[in-house]
Amino acid sequence: MTIKLVEPEAAASQNRRQGERRLNFGDAWTYAPAPESPDHVRLQDRYELFIDGKWQAPSSGKYYTSTNPATEASIAEVGHAGEADVEKAVAAARKAFEGEWGSLRPIERGKYLFRIARVLQERAREFAIVESMDGGKPIKESRDFDLPQASNFFFYCAGWADKLQYAFNGRSVSALGVAGQVIPWNFPLLMAAWKIAPALACGNTVVLKPAETTPLTALLLAKVVEEAELPPGVVNILTGFGDTGAALVKHPGIDKVAFTGSTAVGKQIQKVLAGTGKRMTMELGGKAANIVFADAALDQAVEGIINGIYFNQGHVCCAGSRLLVEESIHDQLLDKLKDRMQSLRLGDPLDKNTDVGAINSKAQLERIKHLVEAGEAEGAERFSIRCDLPEKGYFFPPTLFTRVAQSSRIAQEEIFGPVLSVLTFRTEAEALDKANNTFYGLSAGIWSNKGSRLFDIATKLEAGVIWGNTYNQFDATSPFGGYKESGFGREGGRHGLAAYLNID
Amino acid sequence: MQVTKQEHEGRGRLPLPLPSPAVDRVAVEARAAALAKRSIKKQAKRQGLELSISMMDLTTLEGSDTPGKVQALCRKALLPDASRPSLGPVAAVCVYPQLVGVAKKALGDSGVNVASVATAFPSGLSALDVRLDDTRRAIGDGADEIDMVIDRGAFLRGEFNQVSDEIAAVKQVCGDVHLKVILETGELGSYDNVRHASDLALAAGTDFIKTSTGKIEPAATPPVTLVMLEAIRDFFYRTGRRAGMKPAGGIRTAKQALHYLVLVKETLGDDWLTPDLFRLGASSLLNDVLMQISKLESGAYEAAEYFSKD
Amino acid sequence: MTDRRDPTAERRRPGSVRIGVKKTWKMYIGGAFVRSESGRYLVTRDGSENYCRASRKDVRDAVKAAVGAQSGWRKRTAMNRGQILYRLAEVMEARRSELEASLGRAAAGQNGNAPGGSDAAQEVDAAIDRVVCYAGWADKFQSLLSSSNPVAGPHFGFSVPEPVGVVGILAPERPSLLGLIGAVCPVIVSGNTCVVAASDRDPRTAIAVAECLATSDFPGGVINILTGSRDELAEPLVRHKGVRAVDLWNVDGEQAKALEGFAADNVKRVQRRVFEELDWYDARTEGLGFIEHFVEIKTVWHPMGA
Repeated sequence: MTIKLVEPEAAASQNRRQGERRLNFGDAWTYAPAPESPDHVRLQDRYELFIDGKWQAPSSGKYYTSTNPATEASIAEVGHAGEADVEKAVAAARKAFEGEWGSLRPIERGKYLFRIARVLQERAREFAIVESMDGGKPIKESRDFDLPQASNFFFYCAGWADKLQYAFNGRSVSALGVAGQVIPWNFPLLMAAWKIAPALACGNTVVLKPAETTPLTALLLAKVVEEAELPPGVVNILTGFGDTGAALVKHPGIDKVAFTGSTAVGKQIQKVLAGTGKRMTMELGGKAANIVFADAALDQAVEGIINGIYFNQGHVCCAGSRLLVEESIHDQLLDKLKDRMQSLRLGDPLDKNTDVGAINSKAQLERIKHLVEAGEAEGAERFSIRCDLPEKGYFFPPTLFTRVAQSSRIAQEEIFGPVLSVLTFRTEAEALDKANNTFYGLSAGIWSNKGSRLFDIATKLEAGVIWGNTYNQFDATSPFGGYKESGFGREGGRHGLAAYLNID
Repeated sequence: MQVTKQEHEGRGRLPLPLPSPAVDRVAVEARAAALAKRSIKKQAKRQGLELSISMMDLTTLEGSDTPGKVQALCRKALLPDASRPSLGPVAAVCVYPQLVGVAKKALGDSGVNVASVATAFPSGLSALDVRLDDTRRAIGDGADEIDMVIDRGAFLRGEFNQVSDEIAAVKQVCGDVHLKVILETGELGSYDNVRHASDLALAAGTDFIKTSTGKIEPAATPPVTLVMLEAIRDFFYRTGRRAGMKPAGGIRTAKQALHYLVLVKETLGDDWLTPDLFRLGASSLLNDVLMQISKLESGAYEAAEYFSKD
Repeated sequence: MTDRRDPTAERRRPGSVRIGVKKTWKMYIGGAFVRSESGRYLVTRDGSENYCRASRKDVRDAVKAAVGAQSGWRKRTAMNRGQILYRLAEVMEARRSELEASLGRAAAGQNGNAPGGSDAAQEVDAAIDRVVCYAGWADKFQSLLSSSNPVAGPHFGFSVPEPVGVVGILAPERPSLLGLIGAVCPVIVSGNTCVVAASDRDPRTAIAVAECLATSDFPGGVINILTGSRDELAEPLVRHKGVRAVDLWNVDGEQAKALEGFAADNVKRVQRRVFEELDWYDARTEGLGFIEHFVEIKTVWHPMGA
């Protein structure tokens, strides 16, 4: 393997300056490669669209290839659904809603979802491997996060199916009908679970479009739906590109659109649906502040910062991408943070010891590089870890910027990559001002050992999810969603059901 | 009352962080658990196991210890597995003060150190003079390393000056003899206290900090060790000095030993992956490590009766 | 003091005329009664009085006032907001004859529609009762919309409703009093502030309500009332980026499409509903569901230990 050493000159000289009091994460004792074997994963060469309980070829006859971003190798061909396929899928979903699914007793609906949850648990290893192959995320994350969370989400929602009358203080509820759902590539299976499970629990049927770069686990989920013997048409999976998603959201036959993705596309969808009376939930972008006070448990805060921005290569809408540090501890925290970053292991997503995997796609890698260049051009100081990047595949070393101005692009725009912008503050008021100084409002973190301060700031932050002395925690029981331009509606918990019900 | 910075430095000691940083229990435990998931296979495992042997303080601290028992242990320390003479020796043999002479004689100039618990081990509840004398005698009998206990009662009632002064006094008696300060973390009640006690001991001039006597449950745990490693890391950032770490008590399996090595590697880096700066205090760990090495070589799982019990 | 002339004798002289004092019905922005910055005005439907025709810049000023009032209003305790709402009910009860008269005059101005004094009284009754209803909701909806989240890990998590911020309201044309109260109360009870474009048909009653607000304990800027052309105000109100959510009453067709399209520019929350006049008297048109549309759910996590 040829090795490219990635370290910008500025960062290298900074490392030398701090010289002797830096830790040395070298190869005194290296972990041998520990790849999860993909041997027992059997993927088809080609996947059709899953419509009305059957695998159907796209009307256009067009297919595209899903590739492994860590190796650039082709994995499988998947169908490119067009308007005619959307038409068929929506019709199938409508028929199911008005037929078998709609007349099913709620507890039976729930039992189907319990079945799905169980099969996902049983096939977790296989799903985790495919998720890592198709999307580039480290196997330890797909294994320990994506899969358990996805399965738990089905399990949680399953139990609601026959208890909806209790969910809204005795108000009467009814299903909406057919939901059109468009999901992103950062948590492909988990986002499918977040969309499908509550929709079905509430009695709706769905047409789901996975992201173009990560269609495979959604297609495997369709196989699970088959295995669980759901009635045809209840779940339809259409793979494809932006045009597929556009055709789905504007189809007159759907009653609800659920979208997770960028704020720009979310706005387009909201515009397209203007005046139609269709229900919408939007889970859009973010630029979360992660605020660290001098009294915080610093070593745990460092872990939280790392988890906040380098989890899933930073491809997380709620990533803690703006670090706000109390000025008095800035240097101390940054030394710790840089040393900790250096201990991150970047490489093969299938290796069980990999902490940072591949960037999801070439296009995303280009976008990250572009914004990092913008950060450098604007005068921010870059630090990237010294590490060997695999020769093939799309990789970017964990990076942070100091001397970032609030006005700079890397402090304002969502990078959606392993790039942290560090800013400082002097007082609580300044921290809060800076944290809220964004049109996003998805999440935020606060690190302080002082309870009253933590809860005061939690109340004043304009964001839908606040993590106090922790970061990037998720749970099926816990509502998730944004303020401001990070979207509206909640997913998860009792609140998440409201997105899929008429409530009197 | 905690000593003030001025008071402290006025006595010619190293700067003490004021106050010790807070520790979040859930996050520390999560981090320690995450590091337990590192997959250590094949040559990495072999290398890690050999490293753990070289870092072992082979210990016997029973009221029933005799010269015979200690001599046997010393032979095991020098040659852990007769069928694999390349393995070993361990770093040190750890005994009560009365048996230091026996151990010293058995180990000779092999390079394996004699470590002695001292200072009225395990409670530390004797007059300071007695504890210092205990230390002097152990050193006089040939101890290369002293494992002292702190007065946990004094710590818990807030007599931090006293704890600090006593460590400094023992260190003065030790001179060049290596000092390890046992915090007995199982009696300290919180990670915050573990962190504070670690900071006190490091600032008072100890060479090593050590979790436990082995007489109290819980003894060493990965999160407690992580908190202490973080204290060592901050001490290094602050002073440039590298202090050592010794988890002891309850470490019985090769898998645990590897987990501790992972904690060190990913918290403090390569510079600490040496017996000079990391020790594992254990009595029964060695055989499990030997069994795992044997399994790596043969591919077959081992049974305990094939390994000597000393 | 021997001259005991009757001071009112002059006025009682047969054939004497008294000229009434006409009132200009000014708008209510930031707790003050103001004319439109544009200087434009309209005439009430009964032709007797003038009222303001608000401009885009009045929308701007009203939103500014609403933004300014936001942090103070949301920080008040829920109990305090409830008491302020109840105080409004007291003031409205005391001024009910004026509200009734205003409704009657508006009705009289409508071609062929009987003024119906009893209808006006009924509407005032319903409006005051609605205020009382929401006064009681102020410190109760939170517990009904909150949750404690039993997460599968060593964390404590809860979700609570918080105000969205500034809400733009296009009030229903009719019923002009009950519709206005029914739209505004559920928005502000949770700590939002609002800018209302009042009924075109009966701006006078909206300002009569504003006078109740001004003499109650409401801080200035919490409720801002603009009069003029609802259609004209709709666009600047919905496009204003300081407005986080809009409540569009009886908007439909092309206008709905256009306004919701504007709302997408900053991902505004949109509530658009069409009610018949009589729907507003139904108890189902008050309550939790109305409050719920204008709150955000905030989820907070903290480590707790296993």
